[in-house]
Amino acid sequence: MTYIAKPKLRHPGIPVNKLGFTHRDYEGSISTLCAGCGHDSISFAIIQACFELNIEPHRVAKLSGIGCSSKTPDYLLGQSHGFNSVHGRMPSVLTGANLANKELLYLGVSGDGDSASIGLGQFVHCVRRGVNMVYITENNGVYGLTKGQFSATADKGSKSKAGGFNADSPLDLVSMALMVGATFVGRSFSGDKAQMVPLIMAAMSHPGPAFIDIVSPCVAFNNHAGSTKAYDFVREHNEAVNRLDVMEPREAIKVEYAPGTTEEVALHDGSTLRLSKVAADYDPFDRIGAMNYLQSRAAVGELVTGLIYMDNAAKDMHANLNTVDAALNRLSEKDLCPGAAGLAAYNAAHS
Amino acid sequence: MPAIKSVNDFVVKFANVNGSGSASANEMFARSILRMGVPVTSRNIFPSNIQGLPTWYEVRISGKGWLGRRGGVDLMVAMNPQTWDKDIASIDPGGYLFYDSSRPIPASKFRDDINIIRMPLTEISNAAYKDPRQRQLFKNIIYIGALAQLLGIEPEVMEKLIGEQYSKKEALIAPNQQALRMGHDYAQEHLADICSLKVERANEVGKRIFVTGNDAAGLGCVYGGATVAAWYPITPSTSVAEAFAKHCRKYRVDADSAKNKFAIVQSEDEISAIGTVIGASWNGARAFTATSGPGISLMQEFLGLAYFAEVPAVIIDVQRGGPSTGMPTRTQQADLLICAYASHGDTKHVLLIPEDPRELFEFCAQSFDLAERLQTPIFVLEDLDIGMNDWLCEPFTWDDKRVYDRGKVMTAEELEAGKTFGRYLDVDGDAIPYRTLPGTHPSKGAYFTRGSSRDRFAKYSEEGAVYQDNMQRLLRKFETAKSLVPAPVIEKAREKAKCGVIYFGSTAPAMREALAALAADGIHLDTMRLRAFPFSEAVTDFINAYDQVFLVEQNRDAQMRSLLVNECGIDPARFISILHYDGQVITARFIIAAIAERMSLTSREAAE
Repeated sequence: MTYIAKPKLRHPGIPVNKLGFTHRDYEGSISTLCAGCGHDSISFAIIQACFELNIEPHRVAKLSGIGCSSKTPDYLLGQSHGFNSVHGRMPSVLTGANLANKELLYLGVSGDGDSASIGLGQFVHCVRRGVNMVYITENNGVYGLTKGQFSATADKGSKSKAGGFNADSPLDLVSMALMVGATFVGRSFSGDKAQMVPLIMAAMSHPGPAFIDIVSPCVAFNNHAGSTKAYDFVREHNEAVNRLDVMEPREAIKVEYAPGTTEEVALHDGSTLRLSKVAADYDPFDRIGAMNYLQSRAAVGELVTGLIYMDNAAKDMHANLNTVDAALNRLSEKDLCPGAAGLAAYNAAHS
Repeated sequence: MPAIKSVNDFVVKFANVNGSGSASANEMFARSILRMGVPVTSRNIFPSNIQGLPTWYEVRISGKGWLGRRGGVDLMVAMNPQTWDKDIASIDPGGYLFYDSSRPIPASKFRDDINIIRMPLTEISNAAYKDPRQRQLFKNIIYIGALAQLLGIEPEVMEKLIGEQYSKKEALIAPNQQALRMGHDYAQEHLADICSLKVERANEVGKRIFVTGNDAAGLGCVYGGATVAAWYPITPSTSVAEAFAKHCRKYRVDADSAKNKFAIVQSEDEISAIGTVIGASWNGARAFTATSGPGISLMQEFLGLAYFAEVPAVIIDVQRGGPSTGMPTRTQQADLLICAYASHGDTKHVLLIPEDPRELFEFCAQSFDLAERLQTPIFVLEDLDIGMNDWLCEPFTWDDKRVYDRGKVMTAEELEAGKTFGRYLDVDGDAIPYRTLPGTHPSKGAYFTRGSSRDRFAKYSEEGAVYQDNMQRLLRKFETAKSLVPAPVIEKAREKAKCGVIYFGSTAPAMREALAALAADGIHLDTMRLRAFPFSEAVTDFINAYDQVFLVEQNRDAQMRSLLVNECGIDPARFISILHYDGQVITARFIIAAIAERMSLTSREAAE
């Protein structure tokens, strides 16, 4: 909600990126979410990632559905076009937007109600189609705007703030994304900025469907003992499989790592992803291995975070559809209309 | 025995089993008559099934050029034992029954007031072919050959059609022509002088073409500049998306790069399909979906968003029999209200209602101009009759000087020059605001699109006055639409008329025939063919000029009447509804009877 205007004043020494933009240029309206909401940390991480990647804010299109998480695109990238669509249906709108103009960066922000319940179908089909996007779910296991009902990602046995007990099995969006063909899958925690920012940067550099599930505690309705989406619980059970850094081309390596524990991967946009292994035997380029690992850790109550899977040779929907290089929304009559001559042939073939 | 004698004016109906390969043979029969210069129309009456259920193909031959369904059957080609009794019963007295006499059928199964034409089709086919599938397929061609001989269709015309049909599978030409001759020769030898229905070469077809509406709709979307199509398979609209794909492969592949200047997504459901259309249109591409009633029901929430957030969208609705699954392979005009007022809250949507494939082609192309000009969903309301049957209509035309109306899109240059941008600000007095496309300008023109209430500058607001201001502007925008949508077609009777008739869509050909017949009987009626919603002043003026106006619709609840009463403030008592909604195509005979009965009633009442 854009009730309050932000002051335009800024500190003269504030850092600028290569485009001359400061952090402030990537911000949006003032957040109206609850103080301490995990979603605001995610918004900040997105802003930071865009700043670091020197993205022109107006070349991003940010789309969302309905819910607390879906409000957040308003709080970042004020110079980007935004689309707050209908509940659970952001993926189809984003698909259409991407078809119209493949040149922009498409950021979909959703929540667990929006993507795991009402919009589960749209979520998986959008990923299946290989839409080039960064799709982030701000996952708090609860319906915040309607005051605390369980969502489909709430773990079995979770307690609600009002004392309810969740008897239903949880839906894991990360496993689902892996199953239906996401070529970049990550999970993070809104309380871990150091992990979130490079993960989002790497996702933004990825040329295919990139999905990040970010556990983001709801301070108002799901931050109590007995909830598996509370700050304390997630901190205790967070198992990062790796740490990431996204570096621009030819940037000097500042930190030395022990040999064998880091891996450097050239990303699509020319930058480099440096991967520091935490779980020594974890291979984020092995999709089936990743799926097995997730299941085995989930069985012992751990939440696996980090870069879970990446296919560096990913292709997107436009490649599958073999569309022309130019954005479809720029084609004119000349490109599109076969004219009277085309009709003459049609009429002749139907007489 | 009475025998109907007629030249170039009769109805042939084929009763087949679906999946038996009869469709292409029957269509060839219809086309051969067209090639003789005699107008025909054909209608497929088919089940929601792939194999084994009854299907019919009705061909009306009309030298006078009446293209509606007439009603009644002069020659029944009864190839389906399942529907035998009903098929025999539907033949007009003095009409003809052509059937496969390979197996004996008890005498009680026939009528004595019709003429029987027996031909042992299975025997002939089984003797000539060994492969079971060939026996079935060539049986169809054999009966077409026999019928051609019986009716006097020139054998050369048939042979030429076979050559065209199989131009890409040359190996099939000779065996098909052989089967054709087999039928022809049998009829010549054994069935001479038995049939007094004849086709005689004429010159009444002219330049007209024979096409299905859905093919025309797909082509119209190509011509209208659609680059994105998202759809979910549903009868009877599937062939719109398939036609679009076919025409795109022909006209829209870049010659140099072999890449596509289009994108087609088969969505996971209709909700996703309309979402994709809205996303693409929001981002400046021309996009459409094609669906039918159940799909429209699913799209409701998104349609409200597109109306309220003012995003262009084109929806081609091929209407079928509702409600629910209803009669998915039968025709109706029963989605008027759900489209006109789609979604919760106060909404009104633009409807375009074509009368035939030619107008459908035109309206599809035009719908993208209207959607972008008005920044709102545009519904093209066709139906199964137009969409899935071959219609004889005027050739399609296109003016090469025509340019697309891309509507009010503020450019980077205009923003840079300091032009005020308010996404929901009425600058020009026509209630249509300017929009910007994502990615246009680094620091100007970005805004947040949302389905919630907002002010003129797209800022979220729950202020009552701000909300009402926007809702009132949307009403004014709908007023603007009245001057942009296709005007009604009004025709005056040759003599002064006391009553008017309103009709629309696929009713048109039956209506024309009915009007001519009524006029011949001294009943003169002025007519108005509605082509769009919202209704312009001309619509209200027409209705107000008569005490009584007939309103012909293909639905149960007189939906167009509700719309007219509601939107034009007309006394419902002025309308006399003529409603046809059994799922079959409306016939001239039905309209004539309904109007004549009412008129004689009225004149009798006046006399008393």
